[in-house]
Parts: sequence; structure tokens; C-alpha cells
Amino acid sequence: MSKPELSWQEKAKNMAAGIRKRVLEHTIKNNGGYMSQACSSAEIFAALYSKILKLEPSKGPLEPKPYAGVPSGTNVKYSTGAYFNGAKNPEYDRFILSPTHYSLVLYAALIEAGRMSENSLDEFNRDGSSVEMIGAEHSPGMEVMTGSLGQGLGQAAGIALARKMKKEDGRVIVMMSDGEFQIGMTWESLQFISHHKLDNMVIIVDVNKQQCDGTVNSVMKIDPLDKRLEAFGARVFKLYGHNINELASRAELKPDGRVLVILAETDPCQGLSLLSSNAPKLHYLRFKNDEEKAKYEEALKRMVE
Amino acid sequence: MEILSRVHQKNLVSWARDKENILVLSADLTGSCEADLFRDTYPSRFISCGIAEQNMLSVAGGLAREGFIPLIHTFAVFIYRRAYDQIAMSVAYPNLPVKMFGFLPGIVTPGGATHQAIEDISVMRALPNMTILETGDATDVESVLDVMHSINGPVYIRMLRGELPRLFSADEPMKVDTPRIISKGTDVTIISSGICTEETLRAAAAMKKKGVSVNHVHVSTLKPFNNKMYADIINTGKYGVITVENHTTTGGLGTIVAEKAVACGINKRMARLGLRDTFTHGASRAYLMKEHGFDAAAIIHAVEKMTGNKLNISDDELAKVRIEAVHSEAKAEGL
Repeated sequence: MSKPELSWQEKAKNMAAGIRKRVLEHTIKNNGGYMSQACSSAEIFAALYSKILKLEPSKGPLEPKPYAGVPSGTNVKYSTGAYFNGAKNPEYDRFILSPTHYSLVLYAALIEAGRMSENSLDEFNRDGSSVEMIGAEHSPGMEVMTGSLGQGLGQAAGIALARKMKKEDGRVIVMMSDGEFQIGMTWESLQFISHHKLDNMVIIVDVNKQQCDGTVNSVMKIDPLDKRLEAFGARVFKLYGHNINELASRAELKPDGRVLVILAETDPCQGLSLLSSNAPKLHYLRFKNDEEKAKYEEALKRMVE
Repeated sequence: MEILSRVHQKNLVSWARDKENILVLSADLTGSCEADLFRDTYPSRFISCGIAEQNMLSVAGGLAREGFIPLIHTFAVFIYRRAYDQIAMSVAYPNLPVKMFGFLPGIVTPGGATHQAIEDISVMRALPNMTILETGDATDVESVLDVMHSINGPVYIRMLRGELPRLFSADEPMKVDTPRIISKGTDVTIISSGICTEETLRAAAAMKKKGVSVNHVHVSTLKPFNNKMYADIINTGKYGVITVENHTTTGGLGTIVAEKAVACGINKRMARLGLRDTFTHGASRAYLMKEHGFDAAAIIHAVEKMTGNKLNISDDELAKVRIEAVHSEAKAEGL
């Protein structure tokens, strides 16, 4: 008896659960990790890799290449990590992860999408590996140098403008964190994107209202983000960021001359309520003692079941 | 001496004619950087970025990744001071062919401290993958386009505009990492760059009449600085080496030559002329060069000190200083 084929929504749901599970497993093993980012953005990455991104189909799980040196005029061994997203093609989308503190989440998503081998996370933050903690452009799934927050959008805008000039159909899809809207350059990029009508761009923002020092509102208010973005000429949709259907349907809207911005309002403890006891310091999870670690091990067991 | 006007403005248009992947990016200083004719001739290849240099540099990185060659046109200060992180991460790290044309290098502008790029060479030189070029006359300004185009990576250029002298024959173009030997001599080596070469020529002409044998070399590539000729050039001056630069002496040409001398094991006296670890103010180029001790008189003084030989050259004996009118037809504004 053959199993019925799962719908993309069911696959995405499983993918989101798998992302949380893998990041939690990793966090326990390494006594630390970017856990809240996985909790808030698991559905965003699941929707991206199961529905939104038009990429060359996976050729099966790949092994990450070891670190091959920095780009230079003489380093012929160098390549970006874009090979995990398949070949470049005028029809295909491009994915830019701006806050590379989400790298662990991206790696987990690549594994869940069948694009990267399961054991690749063993390479995470290991000397000589490309699976870096704060990913660089040679890290799996990455193709530009982001992580100096606020620089992803401008580079993506350059790529989007170039693709328009070359009359390519593929879009440039950027994942951003809400904290990046405190950065002046982000608004420079948005005014550029509006001025040059780069409607081949989709920006998905993980509005988890968390940043390194605590909540976004306590560090530097950015509200009303939707109104600010609209004032800059963006086409803005605010939605519940754990709803994969909504994420996907908005991302697939026909371009109308404006950049499409999806404000995905998320819970940084989604799927792992235990984490809320650390609020408001959710940026990085490190266990204070064995007792705390045991609680997370319990939570992981429940996830696996 | 032949004086030419707005050399880059016309040259850029003819040079870029059949190069479809050449774009010009500007941050609201299009006319001031002589890119207006390019904008009007090839509007689809001109990208207005507004007064937003950080985004401009990251956008340039994105465009370069897709096969375009963006030529950034703005004042030098606004490139490296405002957008350093973007240059480092969006452009230099990935070794992308983004070409940064920095206008108003050093004290060529009376725009004052806000507009004077005085430490750009020090700053940009520290970036891996970066090539640094500096123009000193009309021929350099014309031929720097082929040079920057031949380099497969980011290039920062100290660019001149307005009225320019032609010091070097038009059929002797700038070549990467190749110094121009202006005069051969054995007493002192003078290594100059940018506008300081014109100034050194004035000083050298007067000193030669007094019997000083001057080994004068013009540098247009500040990074890389690997040409094997440099060991000989530094070694040739019997009394020592003098560097003259339109830049702070911390990290610029003087530092580069000193590093080279040490690396080659050459023990020579050295005098570095330029801005001595100081910001400066808005005034004319001639006034500021005199004030900060890198005009022709200061060069002669440095030679006298090094050789221990008083030359008694009066101001009258120096060729008359060429003073460019602040408000001339050759410039878009008074800066």
C-alpha cells in the first residue's frame, strides 16, 4: 500500500518542525545556539524552500565543501555557497539571507529540503569548515556577503536591478530581521528600490521583536513599521508568520511596480514555550546549568515523538 | 604646458561607447564628477543613487556580481569615509570589479575638512584585494580607464577634474604598477604622486639649474607597489629619498616607499612631505601646499637639508605657480 502524496502545506509543516528539532538538537549538543531565531522563522524558511523560492530542483543532499580561502584574483578554488540553491538561471529566483545569525536555521532548512546532507551540521562552527556560525558567502545556501546587518538589502537591490536590465524573470528574495530596520542604510536601500521600481524583489521580515539587547521596542522603536515602509513606497502585508499558506500566497502576488514586503509577525518561542523563561534575552540560548539543559532535552524528546 | 579642460567628461563617453556592461553610479554629484555627459549620452547605463553612499556601494557590489562594471562617481571623502563597511564587505571581500572614482583628493578643494580626502590611501590600502591608482595629469586621467578596466577586482582611483596640465605625452599611457621616470639623477630621489608631480617638476627645474642631480619619479599605482624598479629608484639618490604626496604622511606614498626601502634592505635618509598628521581647512591649493610644506619651495628646502647644500633659489626663479581660477568654466561649482 503506497502512502498518499503529502500536500506542499503538509510537507512545509513537517519541514518547520524538522528545522526546530534540528536546531534544538544542535543547541543541546553544543551547549548553545541561535534557538529563538529557529522558533520564530521555521515557517518562513519552510515556506521559502517548499513553495516560494523557484530554484533548480534539488539534485539530492550535497556535502558542504571545506573552507577554500577568501576570494581573490588568484584563488581558483573559491566558490560561494549558492550551489546548494541549484544552478543560476534567468528564470530562477535568488535567495539572500541578510541576518546571517540565522545561518543555523538556513542550514537546518537546507537539510530538511533535501539539499544538504544530514550530518552537515556536525561541521557547524568547526575549524576549516564552510558551515560557519555567522555564515559568509561561501557558507551553504549563501551567495553574498551579509551579516554586517543592513548590507544584504543593498546588494540584493543591485542584483535585482541587474536582473531587470538583463530582462531576467527570476526574482530576488531577501530574508531580513526586524532589527535591521533600525539601520540607516536599510532605508537608503528602500528608497533606491522604490525609485528604481524593483518589483522583482520580495522582502520577508521575521518580525519577532527580538534583538541582542532585548526586545526591539526597548532597544529602539521601529513602529509603525508597516506605515514607515508604505511611506517609502513598498507594498506591505502584515501577517501571522507561522501560517505557511499566508506567507506563500502573499509572496506569489503579481508584481505591481512596488517592492513586496511581508512582515511576518512571529513568536520567538513558537514550538518551544520553555524558551519564554529566558525573555527578554532570547538572542542566544546558552544553558545556565544541567537542570535547565535537562528540560530542553525533555522538550527535544517530545518533538521527536 | 598644455592645459586641458574637463578631460574625463568627454573621454569617459568615448571610452565607454562599445562597453555595454559599463555603468556609472552617482550620488548627486554627477556634474561635479564630470559624469553628466555620460548620463546624457547613455541614460540607461546611468544609475542615480541619491545622497546615499552606503547603499550605492552595496548596490554596486550586487551589479558587479551580475556581470556589470559599476563606476562609482562621487567625491573621494564620501566613498571611503561614509561607506567603509560596505566597501569592505559588499565589494572588496568578494573581489568584485567595482571601480571607485574619488574626486577632490587631498587639498585640491577649498571645500575644507569635510570635502578633503586626506587619509583615503591609508584607509583603502589596508583593504585586501584593493588596487589604488592616482592620477597626476591629463594623460593619467585619460588612460586610467584602461588601467582600471584591466584589473579584475575593486579599484579606488584618486581622480582629477577641471583644468589639467598634460605632463606626460598622450601616447605614453599610465601602466599598472609602473612608475614614470621623469628625470634621472644621482643626488636625491624624489618620488611624487598626483598633483605633487607638477609641483615637484617646478622645484626640480630650478634645482637642476643649480647643479643638483634629481632622480624624479611619478607614481600612479599606490597598491600594488611591487615593481622591481623601486629598489633601484630608492637606492639611486646618494643623499636620500624625498616623497611628496597630497595626503597625510601616515599611510600614504611616504609610508609605502619607506616599507619598500626596509623590505629591500635599503638604508637611506628619507623625508616625507605631505600633510603631517593633521586635518586642514578650506583654502586654495597653492596656499595649503605652502602652509603644510609640500609646495615647490618646501621640496627645495627638503633637498637642501638632505644634501647640506644651500641652493639660494628665490621664489622668482621658480616657474610661476599655475593658479586655477576657483570659478572657472571647467568646473560645475566652486568646490
